[in-house]
Amino acid sequence: MATSTYNGKTFTFKHGVHPEEFKDLSSHCAIQRMPFVEEYILPLGQHIGAPSTPLVTKGQKVARGQKIASPAGFVSVALHAPVDGEVSGIGLFANPSGQMVPGIKIRTDPYSTQKMAAVPVDLESLDNKGFINAVQEAGIVGLGGAAFPSHVKLAIPEDKKCDYIMLNGCECEPFLTADHRVMVEHPEEIIDGILILNKFIKARKAFIGIEVNKPDAIAALQKLAATSRFPVEVIQLAVKYPQGAEKMMITAILGKEVPHGKLPLDLGVLVANVGTVKAIADYFRLGQPLIERIVTVTGTAVKNPANILVPLGTPMKDVIAWSGGVTGDAARILLGGPMMGAVQKTLDTPVVKGTSGILILGNDLVKDITEYNCIRCGRCVEACPLYLNPSMMGLLAKKGRWEEMLDYHVLDCFECASCSYVCPSGIPLVQSFRVAKGILREKAAKEKTAGQS
Amino acid sequence: MTPYNKKLSVSTSPFLKAEDTTPEIMMTVVYTLVPVVLVALYYFGLGALLVILTAVFSCLFTEWLFNKPGQRYATLKDGSALITGLLLALTLPPGFPLWMVFIGGFVAIALGKVMWGGLGQNIFNPALLGRAFLQAAFPTAITTWSPPDGRYFSLRGTNGALPFFQGTNVDAVTSATPLARMKFDHLPTDSLDLLLGATGGSLGETCALLLLLAGVFLLLKKIIDWRIPLAILLTVVVFSGIVHLVNPEIYPSPVFMVLSGGLLLGAVYMATDLVTSPITPKGTWIFGIGIGVLVVLIRLWGGLPEGVMYAILLMNAATPLLNKFTRIRTYGYTN
Ligand code: SF4
Ligand code: SF4
Repeated sequence: MATSTYNGKTFTFKHGVHPEEFKDLSSHCAIQRMPFVEEYILPLGQHIGAPSTPLVTKGQKVARGQKIASPAGFVSVALHAPVDGEVSGIGLFANPSGQMVPGIKIRTDPYSTQKMAAVPVDLESLDNKGFINAVQEAGIVGLGGAAFPSHVKLAIPEDKKCDYIMLNGCECEPFLTADHRVMVEHPEEIIDGILILNKFIKARKAFIGIEVNKPDAIAALQKLAATSRFPVEVIQLAVKYPQGAEKMMITAILGKEVPHGKLPLDLGVLVANVGTVKAIADYFRLGQPLIERIVTVTGTAVKNPANILVPLGTPMKDVIAWSGGVTGDAARILLGGPMMGAVQKTLDTPVVKGTSGILILGNDLVKDITEYNCIRCGRCVEACPLYLNPSMMGLLAKKGRWEEMLDYHVLDCFECASCSYVCPSGIPLVQSFRVAKGILREKAAKEKTAGQS
Repeated sequence: MTPYNKKLSVSTSPFLKAEDTTPEIMMTVVYTLVPVVLVALYYFGLGALLVILTAVFSCLFTEWLFNKPGQRYATLKDGSALITGLLLALTLPPGFPLWMVFIGGFVAIALGKVMWGGLGQNIFNPALLGRAFLQAAFPTAITTWSPPDGRYFSLRGTNGALPFFQGTNVDAVTSATPLARMKFDHLPTDSLDLLLGATGGSLGETCALLLLLAGVFLLLKKIIDWRIPLAILLTVVVFSGIVHLVNPEIYPSPVFMVLSGGLLLGAVYMATDLVTSPITPKGTWIFGIGIGVLVVLIRLWGGLPEGVMYAILLMNAATPLLNKFTRIRTYGYTN
């Protein structure tokens, strides 16, 4: 690894924005394990794809790590009990997106321990198919927030080849520090995870992309990468939002764009979040399926910002209370970061596989924004990482001219919100693109069904 | 225990916002105009003050007039009418009759902005549109220049002309603008005078140095697009430079071309008007180059001594097309 074009340099993509980071609130806080609470609610659809099929019945005793629901099809994963206890209900529960969805409720056995009946999986005995199956059975999904089943990505079609495994450690959303702490505290597991992945993927090299605002994470992984049996290179990325978007990271590191309608794999790249790779390592080393995750609890209205290892299914209000609670000034609850996070009405919903952070903002950050007409200043154009024209799309959206927005590639917009962030006229750009995309998709779906009948 | 359960308004992300707001941007532009205004007052005295006050009042009044009752003051706060008023005043001669100034301001806002649907919807720069109207309606008055003679407290003969009268200009005889002197008599003006502004001309056309400084400031603040002034100035320098080399007797030097007349005022404040210039980088280049070429063409071979106003208005008209045809290539697409 003596020669590398990457050595010491910092890379990035074009455009993007620089919102205030707010990471100092929690970036120094070591991960704390949250004790068990009385009750856990586990929605069956915590991932993208078909909700899992329950395997337990009401009143049944379950053990920590025991599978309680199995994948329903290929794009679906298993679900496991996070504690020893008893199934106290199977029914509809509110999920973080505000709908009532089917789930399993577990009443915790007061004597439940951290122990698990699990045994490590013997990697040597697995073939490719067995490996993919194992990842699916471990319930592992992308932990960066998307919750896409990991094994689906790992099932590389015959005609494609993965040259690079690319780990995403950017964590470009302000406030969030969960990935940061994983990299600082668990670098061995991350490198191990890469080796496990590569046993089956057989890539040429692995990259770990990290924004330079996490020098301790860069140092920790660089040290291990230097002695790794497989070439692993830590790439320093500029602190810029949305550097952690899959496309932006690939472009920063490889200098290539992911062509429209293609996948990273078409460029020979497999992208995974650092936390996801750690989860894979945990499963194959310890036999622990995905039953807990690290959640950053932070915000300007949280008393003690923290990074907490939370058993899945823990009601969010318990997590907040355990961290020390909120100040009287709390104005908004968000799941995820302030740029793309989803606003919550209540904290009664549970932490699920995709919960990377619980953000409670005070009135200092929740301001009324006066909207002015678009002055065509072009700041949104200069901000959009996908080179879209938010100004134009915003004008069209305001007039309800959805169809014309297609011409401006509105469907490519990945809702990073950089445009709304910079707009001096306070125009709800990304907000209107979300609406437009919904309407256009619905229309397309309707036309499709109409065409079929 | 949870105070946030009581009343939680549910708006959507993002919750972070860059600091600049539209009124702040507009006001920054206004602040940079203050020195330019002061220089105008220094050279032209009370006449300049009256022209400026009238133009600003007229623009604000017109904006107020066309706002819905109940929110009459709403759009005054965004600062754009104030800018239009100031810019319009800066394009007028110091002795311009005030009633004409008032009409210019009215036209600038009513026909230049309100008619299109308000801020951001107009195609033409409102101040220039107002000025173009005045040029068409009052061709004599608008080309009657007083010299910067340091008469601070006396009125220029024509400022106080009654409505529908032009007034007699008693002191304008000797003070054709540098551009007119060049065009019609081939008499150059000293570059230093041009830089400092001690020449005849409109209020804001005089002190090139200040305009350059203001331009640099606005560029650094990223309020105006650097490509536009750069494209205009480069084009003018190169184009007029070539012509000058071919026949230095007849055609003025590029330095003169840049420093004289309304070029800098136009390049810094009018062409860069966010609303009426293209939004795509490529479109912006074409826009600037177009203005540069038109300015040189009109100045050297057209019937008028100055062409900045028409050059910008023409390219304003082309802006929607430029926006349309210079689409930015979306990420992941091949064109
Ligand atoms: S940033 Fe806002 S005001 Fe500026 S061009 Fe974009 S939409 Fe218009
Ligand atoms: S939200 Fe969409 S349009 Fe706005 S900057 Fe992000 S990708 Fe571009």
